[in-house]
Amino acid sequence: MSHTPSDHNEERVPSKPVYRDDTKFASGKIAFFQYLAVGLFLFLIAGFWRLQVRNPEIYTEAAESNRIRFVRLLAPRGKILDRDGRVIVDNRSSYSLMLARDHLKSEHLRPIATGLGLDPGQLEARVERFRSRPKYETIFIKRELTLGEVAFVEAHRDPETFPELELIRAQQRLYPQNGLAAHVIGYVGEISENELNLAEFIKYDQGAVIGKAGLERQYNDQLMGVDGQKQVVVDNHGTVRQSLGIKEAIPGKNLQLTLDLDLQVVAELAMEGRTGAVVALDPRNGEVLAMVSTPAYDPNKFAGRIRAADWNELRSNPENPLLNRAIQAQFAPGSTFKPIVALAGLESGSIDESFRVHCSGGASFYGRYFKCHLKGGHGTVDLHKGITQSCDVFFYNVGNRTGVDNIAKYADMAGLGHKTGIDLPNEMQGTVPSSEWKMRNFRQKWYAGETISVAIGQGALTLTPMQLAYAIGGVAMGGVWYPPHLVKDPDRMDKPRVGKIDPANAQKVVYGMYGVVNEGGTGGRARLPGVSVCGKTGSAQRVSNEAAKAGLGHNLKDNAWFVGFAPCESPEIAVAVLWEGGVHGMYAAPIARDVIKAYFDKKARQTRDGAVAEMKRAQPQFGPVAPPALSQP
Amino acid sequence: MAHYRSIRDLDWPLLICTLIVCAMGVLQIYSATRGTKYDDAWWKQALWVLAGLLIMWIMAQIDYHSLLGQAYLLYFLSIASLIVVLFIGTTRFGGRRWIGYGSFHVQISEFIKTVIILLVARYLTELKTDRAEGRDLLKLGGLVAVPMLLVMKQPDLGTALTYLPILAVGILLAGLRWQYAVAIGVVLLLVVPLGWRYGLKDYQKARLVTFLDPGQDPQGSGYQVIQSKIAVGAGQMWGRGVTKGTQTQYGFLPVPHTDFIFSAFAEEHGFFGVVWMLGFYFVLLMQIVQNAQMAPDRSGMYLCMGVGALLLFHVLVNIGMVVGSMPVTGIPLPLMSYGGSNILSFFMMLGLVNSVRLGRFVS
Repeated sequence: MSHTPSDHNEERVPSKPVYRDDTKFASGKIAFFQYLAVGLFLFLIAGFWRLQVRNPEIYTEAAESNRIRFVRLLAPRGKILDRDGRVIVDNRSSYSLMLARDHLKSEHLRPIATGLGLDPGQLEARVERFRSRPKYETIFIKRELTLGEVAFVEAHRDPETFPELELIRAQQRLYPQNGLAAHVIGYVGEISENELNLAEFIKYDQGAVIGKAGLERQYNDQLMGVDGQKQVVVDNHGTVRQSLGIKEAIPGKNLQLTLDLDLQVVAELAMEGRTGAVVALDPRNGEVLAMVSTPAYDPNKFAGRIRAADWNELRSNPENPLLNRAIQAQFAPGSTFKPIVALAGLESGSIDESFRVHCSGGASFYGRYFKCHLKGGHGTVDLHKGITQSCDVFFYNVGNRTGVDNIAKYADMAGLGHKTGIDLPNEMQGTVPSSEWKMRNFRQKWYAGETISVAIGQGALTLTPMQLAYAIGGVAMGGVWYPPHLVKDPDRMDKPRVGKIDPANAQKVVYGMYGVVNEGGTGGRARLPGVSVCGKTGSAQRVSNEAAKAGLGHNLKDNAWFVGFAPCESPEIAVAVLWEGGVHGMYAAPIARDVIKAYFDKKARQTRDGAVAEMKRAQPQFGPVAPPALSQP
Repeated sequence: MAHYRSIRDLDWPLLICTLIVCAMGVLQIYSATRGTKYDDAWWKQALWVLAGLLIMWIMAQIDYHSLLGQAYLLYFLSIASLIVVLFIGTTRFGGRRWIGYGSFHVQISEFIKTVIILLVARYLTELKTDRAEGRDLLKLGGLVAVPMLLVMKQPDLGTALTYLPILAVGILLAGLRWQYAVAIGVVLLLVVPLGWRYGLKDYQKARLVTFLDPGQDPQGSGYQVIQSKIAVGAGQMWGRGVTKGTQTQYGFLPVPHTDFIFSAFAEEHGFFGVVWMLGFYFVLLMQIVQNAQMAPDRSGMYLCMGVGALLLFHVLVNIGMVVGSMPVTGIPLPLMSYGGSNILSFFMMLGLVNSVRLGRFVS
């Protein structure tokens, strides 16, 4: 019998066989099942069509970014060497922690920060800052990990815990421990938001470690090198399976300085406990042999990222350790300016060797009485005695005769009032006042009375220790100024500035400076046996007389200056010393003396060693032979 | 009854599709496990397929009526073994699903699918009325619910859910009042929120949430879906080639030889391969349905349709999961995914289908 699916007569049949064989009753429903199956298979195919045919690029790209990672190869920064090739700044390897951001889970940041002793808020802000960078780029989260922190990372960087963590070996800057030459060298640090916008750092990206001060900044491009990159295939555990390509890091170039560590150390020791600066340079070529600014700071604290506490301490220190006084402290030079005034007087013809002045301890000019530093007066004073004894009255007269504009002309010629162009960032240029300067800046006429102060290195006149060493060094060379520089470069072809100066006039000034040290002048403490040291002391007020009278700055002691060079006839080294609050220039003289002595001691040692080496070379050419020639009487 | 069953009378289109699917499965397992600790899985799978063919042959020789006669006995044995598994079973991959000794483990819940098919066919065949009445629904529903709950307890929601389509298709074929259909719909609407609240484990909830929004949990189960979609998409039209799929080879694709094997297949063989493969599955399914249509009696029809419903559900849920159209439930792809219990269970069902087919030549 055959049945149709809908049969009402079935119910009228009371009993049925155990296994009914009327299979056609459900054929309509089975057909429905077939249509359903067709529909569902088409639904599945549509899913594949969407992913594989319609927009497969998205997924192909995603698959590529899954497996391909870029591993940064850090270029080691160039070392910094002194003139003899001794290492001043080195690198040491350390571990840095990177954060891979492709699969970063934001809730991981907090426990990671806690585990590493970082501020969670700062870490989150940091991740936020890098949001615009491509995801595959990893970011530094901590440099210079301690062993404990490395252990923490190793224990937690499995795929289940914090797969974002990535340890890399990095080179950490290693500076001299005691802040030696800290201001010259500067320090490195991570590029800041502001620096990202500076032209000099335009090619560096977020997270780069750049030179922030000193030579590290000035020669950053040369020192930095170029980071390399390795393109690798990784699996889901981040394990490298295959290397696709490598772009080796180009290490930064080493930087050889003109600085002499021996002299630098001597200068630093001499300045210990004092606030001020020392600059020593070779006036024959402009090479800076030593540059000290005190108090100094420890650049190692900056090497990674400086701790907020350390930074605040540096910023709030009234002595301002971050200031490089050698090129940034602008003070009145006091009597160290007198050689320039003397030169201006001689050159402009307002005085000559026969010009004499009587000093009775002071003199009146334009209705005002100007004191000499020696109450009793110096008696009859000529140029030589004027410089030697640093007679103020003599120089009041010279200044008065020469006029401020002539003084300014020769100060300008000596390089004052301009940056010396030293290869350090943020050099200050000081001030050389003139009638034109005053008109330009104050819209006022120059009063002749003001010239009297300028003639003894006071008034509006300011300069830096660097400028002083440079100016006087050039005068010592007979009017030839070599641009000062810190980096030794064999290709350097500096043309010196040659001033239109009669060498005979310069000679007279130099002779006076010889007297300061060697003929009972104010700089006697700079005297050295066997070396003809020339120099000039200066004791300069830090505030004007008027302000001092008004009770301002009464606790400020005078700055002690000394500028000198040696040997007298053919100078090889010029030194300027500033001791803030050192009271009198004669106290600054020994500091310069120590540096000059170190220079000539070393030279003598080298000459001797050279002679010995020469002798050794001249010795037998047939193997080692006992030196009979020497042992014979 | 005199039986003459010849190998010539087997459903050869069904068998060929089966073997092609299994062979592609073995190849894909080989490709996906190369260099991992599962790299011996492909030849084990090949052995399972051979064993499956043997079991299918044996099943085809047995008169399905005798199996239907033992349906209730098999059912109670199943319940007992599920209870045993709950107490002494081996826990692997986060569920107490396996029973066995040493390295040989059997996933009982896989074989219970066959028992459920037998049970549903037997019950519906014996219906006195012309459609399933309320008490039938309750009875049969209750009978299927017991093993379902036991399997859910393991916990293995995916496998438990596979029992439902067998029941649903069976009842729909038997016929039921539309009022009951509405009632069942209402009950389901009530049960789903309650089940969500009390019945589902956290990871199960997470999987469902992930299905709705894969981006929400990119490292957890959403990660699986995202990686699977990436793998499928990266396969493009022609595929990246066997052993060339980076998602599969570098471990971004989760379990590329079991639940996500079709994702690995899609990456390495592309849309072209996918369409062919789905075509084989479709022919396989249609052959099973054809056997149902030509079954000598109602019980044979119910058996074949039960197998067909189960296969369709498996394919839909597993492959739908691979492209993100279905939630991650963790049920394997029949005949392709690595796993002895899965392979043997499906060959056993295909044997049952062949038994039904051969039955019509003898009566």
